[in-house]
Amino acid sequence: MLIAVVSGFVFSLAVPLLHRTVRNVTDWLVVLLPFSLFIYFSFLTQPIAAGGVLSSSHAWAPSVGVNLSFVLDGLSLLFAILISGIGALVFLYSSGYFKGHSGLGRFYAYLLIFMASMLGLVLSDNVIALFIFWELTSLSSYLLIGFDHERSSARSAARQALLVTSVGGLALLAGLLLLGEAGGSFELSQLLREREAIRSHRFYVPIVVLIMVAAFTKSAQFPFHFWLPNAMEAPAPVSTYLHSATMVKAGIYLLARLSPVLGGARIWQGTIVVVGAITMLIGACLAIKETDIKRILAYSTVSILGVLTFLLGLGTRAAVEAAVAYLFIHALYKAGLFLVAGIIDHETGIRDVTRLSGLARIMPVTALAAAVAGLSMAGLPPLFGFIGKELLYTATLQAPLANSILTAAVLLTSALLVAVAGIVSLGPFIGRTMTLSEKHGGVPLTMTAGPVVLAGLGLLIGLLPNLVAGRIVSSAVGAVLAQPAAIKLALLHGLTVQLGLSGLTFALGVTAYLRRDALRRAVSRFDLGTALGPAKGYSLTLDGMTALARLQTRILQSGHLHIYLFIILAVTVGLVGSWLVRYYGLMRLEGWADIRFYEFLTALVIVAATIVIVRASSRLFSVVALGVVGYSMGIIYIIFGAPDLAMTQFSIDTLTVILLLLVLYRLPRYARYSTTLERLRDAAIALAVGVLVTGLTLAATAVPPISQISSYFAENSYLLAKGRNVVNVILVDFRAFDTLGEITVLAVAAIGVYSLMKLRGNGSDG
Amino acid sequence: MKVLLLLPLLIPLLTAIISLLVWDRRLQRIFGVIGMAGLLGSAVGLLRTVCKEGIQAVQVGGWPAPFGITLVADVFAAIMVVMAGLMGLAVMVYSLTSMDKRRESFGYYPLTHIMLMGVCGSFLTGDIFNLYVWFEVMLIASFVLTELGSEKAQLEGAIKYVTLNLVSSALFLTAVGVLYGMVGTLNMADLANQLAKVKPSGLVTTASMLFFLAFGIKAAVFPLFFWLPASYHTPPVSVSAIFAALLTKVGVYALIRVFSLLFTGQTAATHGLILAVAGLTMATGVLGAVAQNDFRRLLSFHIVSQIGYMIMGLGLFTPLGLAGSIFHIVHNMLAKTNLFLISGVVHRVKGTYQLSSLGGLSRSSPGLAILFLVSAFSLAGMPPLSGFWSKLILVQAGLQAREYTIVAVALVVSLLTLYSMTKIWNEVFWKTDPAEGEQEPAKTDSFGEAESSLALLAPIVVIGCLIVSIGLAAQPVFALFEKAAHQLMNPAEYIRAVLGELP
Repeated sequence: MLIAVVSGFVFSLAVPLLHRTVRNVTDWLVVLLPFSLFIYFSFLTQPIAAGGVLSSSHAWAPSVGVNLSFVLDGLSLLFAILISGIGALVFLYSSGYFKGHSGLGRFYAYLLIFMASMLGLVLSDNVIALFIFWELTSLSSYLLIGFDHERSSARSAARQALLVTSVGGLALLAGLLLLGEAGGSFELSQLLREREAIRSHRFYVPIVVLIMVAAFTKSAQFPFHFWLPNAMEAPAPVSTYLHSATMVKAGIYLLARLSPVLGGARIWQGTIVVVGAITMLIGACLAIKETDIKRILAYSTVSILGVLTFLLGLGTRAAVEAAVAYLFIHALYKAGLFLVAGIIDHETGIRDVTRLSGLARIMPVTALAAAVAGLSMAGLPPLFGFIGKELLYTATLQAPLANSILTAAVLLTSALLVAVAGIVSLGPFIGRTMTLSEKHGGVPLTMTAGPVVLAGLGLLIGLLPNLVAGRIVSSAVGAVLAQPAAIKLALLHGLTVQLGLSGLTFALGVTAYLRRDALRRAVSRFDLGTALGPAKGYSLTLDGMTALARLQTRILQSGHLHIYLFIILAVTVGLVGSWLVRYYGLMRLEGWADIRFYEFLTALVIVAATIVIVRASSRLFSVVALGVVGYSMGIIYIIFGAPDLAMTQFSIDTLTVILLLLVLYRLPRYARYSTTLERLRDAAIALAVGVLVTGLTLAATAVPPISQISSYFAENSYLLAKGRNVVNVILVDFRAFDTLGEITVLAVAAIGVYSLMKLRGNGSDG
Repeated sequence: MKVLLLLPLLIPLLTAIISLLVWDRRLQRIFGVIGMAGLLGSAVGLLRTVCKEGIQAVQVGGWPAPFGITLVADVFAAIMVVMAGLMGLAVMVYSLTSMDKRRESFGYYPLTHIMLMGVCGSFLTGDIFNLYVWFEVMLIASFVLTELGSEKAQLEGAIKYVTLNLVSSALFLTAVGVLYGMVGTLNMADLANQLAKVKPSGLVTTASMLFFLAFGIKAAVFPLFFWLPASYHTPPVSVSAIFAALLTKVGVYALIRVFSLLFTGQTAATHGLILAVAGLTMATGVLGAVAQNDFRRLLSFHIVSQIGYMIMGLGLFTPLGLAGSIFHIVHNMLAKTNLFLISGVVHRVKGTYQLSSLGGLSRSSPGLAILFLVSAFSLAGMPPLSGFWSKLILVQAGLQAREYTIVAVALVVSLLTLYSMTKIWNEVFWKTDPAEGEQEPAKTDSFGEAESSLALLAPIVVIGCLIVSIGLAAQPVFALFEKAAHQLMNPAEYIRAVLGELP
């Protein structure tokens, strides 16, 4: 199974190159990969249906609990078959759709990455690996929606889809990590065994909420549904594959996969049912409103995703049966219809259903496929869609609570979807034949193959439902319920309530279809979505964040050095000062009597000189006062018995003053830039820093010394290092390494001065 | 193999000295690459030795610890030296094409070597005052690199850079003085022993705050990061790139070193503060980036934001958290440097850093587009690239430590990072070039030359491959970082390596 997943990634690397060199072969090679995977998975239906589970595990990063462990059970198998099967058709279709397009190699590569990630997602047993693949599907979706990246609408739709699904992705990561904490493992098969512990864990509610956010964003559930119609900026093969048949069902997959672990509780059931029901109604209504064929299909997909969600929320056996069957049905007919929409767009350049008509004459095969797929969508016998609708009504009629409300909601949704089916699969093909601007040479076989096969399968399964019932549907239902299930599907059950409801649905749907224009106007009038809906919320959030970001940056990164300095010093005083006060209280200075008169005098001179430095109106005064400070420091060294240090200090200060005088002499006089208030503020902060450092020094020196390396220096300076001046010996021997560094500093400073003087900017910039 | 500890300092120093002596642009280029390659080689050797034989220490000048200066390499330090060598080599090769002749002839190469020496010295020293010296070396070299060329914007940035960093130095020196006043020693291993005995321990914590501020300015954490966005976009791009790769990370390294070795007495307070600052740094940095419309300014703010992740693991102060921090440092050095290098190539082709005037690069340079995508998505923590793993580990560590707020912040910030990375992608690569059809800017002249673009692109390709391979081979990499984190959490081995078997 590792090979099944990895092969797509590896192949995607080679495809752009292959496409450049051997173009025609590449078209077939990319079909061959998903097709052989399809055959592989089809052969596995038998052992899986017999109750087997295939698993394989490869260590990836075991220290963080991440492994490439795959498990193939009924649910994974259903998805794997859809991914590989529809994948093969989509790749085939793309070769016709993009014939001669220079970016086709890139397109194949993205699509292969997506396929491999999607397979990885549904096969992973390790939840972190599942997350990795989940994110990769979002990423490839981003690149694919923005494939036609020169249109700004495609770019922003791609980004919107990525950001919305990434919100879910992050929620998923957090949820899965918490789940791992609660269940003690990152392997789903282990977690399944710990379900009691997980359900009673304090993380249970956060886990459920986070997982639901992930599922709802990915599967475009209310209120995150808005990204999916916008994602229709993507080329038709992408809309077919990612945004109808597979990727958007990843959220459904997640709910189905985790419902044995997390399901059953009221918060799980209630939220999912309500959100699913809202989504299915909203999706169906908005589908009626649209006139762009792809957006209509997108909203109807949203609606069906809502149906699937709400069925999984119900969680009864009948509901799960209906969900699994419907997932399958929907993948077949909706993929077919999307491919048809792509053909229409490709051949006519028009996607507005009100302007399309009479295409049956121009593309008869496509029209036939569309009609069959549309019938399945409308739920008419003898198609697979009919069986699905029966199961759906069975599920709502048997729902544990509010079954009449749920049945009514489903009835309304289904009726609207019947009308939608008419709008997309009937409307464009009947009526007056359109005149196409360019000469039409017939739809290539590569493109019609997909819709024909998918529609044909819908018909075939409708007639012979037990082709898939035992092998695929039963084992998938069994996996979701975590107990074996044997399901028999049949087209007709005799005269039942469900049949009556189906008939009613169809009748209502036909009425709606006939009055579609009036209905569209009605829905548009009551549509508050554009003004108040979540799409508005998305753009408001982005705008708000950008505004906040600007404001924050203007405040923090003001561009004024004195403000930066003030903030840093204020933080210093606040942080260090608060700690000092916390441990020492406000210190009382003691031992005033010990201060001798000349010490006091020296300190006074330093303070006075400092004030002169700051207040002086000419640089020369300041420099001289600086010298006074330095010399006074030297005197203090003498008083406390460090004549070596004092000598050093005197010579440094003499030199500094002379040099500064030489240099500063040429500079203009001081200019005053700051107001009095600013100067007061600066004085205050300077004083505060001074007080702080004084306090800190007093506190530090009050600690009784423990180890004294200085005594070692004093003792060994002459004995070991052969020098009498301890300071010198420290500088050139004990700690000569420091001196090496300081010499380097001086050398670099010299280079800097040299370059500042000699190298003038000429605007060139590397 | 004690010499291995000295080589990462001696090689850059000697290369710089030779470069200064010959003072010939062309020879300096050759020596530059050789020197950086030698540095990387010695660093790899050091890392291997440390992994095999445990923590290595050298008493410089033969004066026994704690009296002389000790150089120490544990796994963490060795990893950092390897990364410094790698980034140095990458940027050096990139500079061969991107650096202009005038700056080359005014000492660009020797200055870079000296800066690398300062960086490696900071990683390897076991003495707190010696660390200060290496910080100074690094600061002066980076300051001269910032102003080299004397363009107006450069000088403005350089003034802010050097002033704020001098404040950091002053705080650092004060902090060292306070520590010395308390316990009378400078050797970090010895300090670790002695500080544990100081009563009251509150005073140690107070002193630790000074270190936090000094290193926090260097590392550019909230609210001390002003110097970084003010200066990083002004010098030539290879200078920005090497700064982005190394300078802030030295600050982070120093924070991790002192807050795992010296100041562990009151972790609830100190590391709690670090955690809070981590969250604020992430958030304010990324919001700063969102507000930008200039390629390099945007990246500069992201540096700040990512620093938050690096100290998040330190704030959690668990082995997993520290491993996550180290992972994030390494990942970020790769991804961020590469993004800067790519911005330089974009600038070379299009002549601007303004997002609004850029476009069309996914069509004209598809290879560069892929490399950008890899680095940018790695920065945003997208799987399976390097950034994903560090994010995963940090989030996991945060959840285990029950610090849910920081986890939420980290996740939301990664979403905003993704937002601003897609902003660059949409604008620079996907959008059509607004200048299309008009006259091409004059900058495109030299880019066509095969060998020059090779020297520009080779480092980007290599780093891109590293980002991917770290993602795919996360286990061995993570095992190494885990080992480093283990040593940090258990300083006894470090202390023993420095002081020998003392009581």
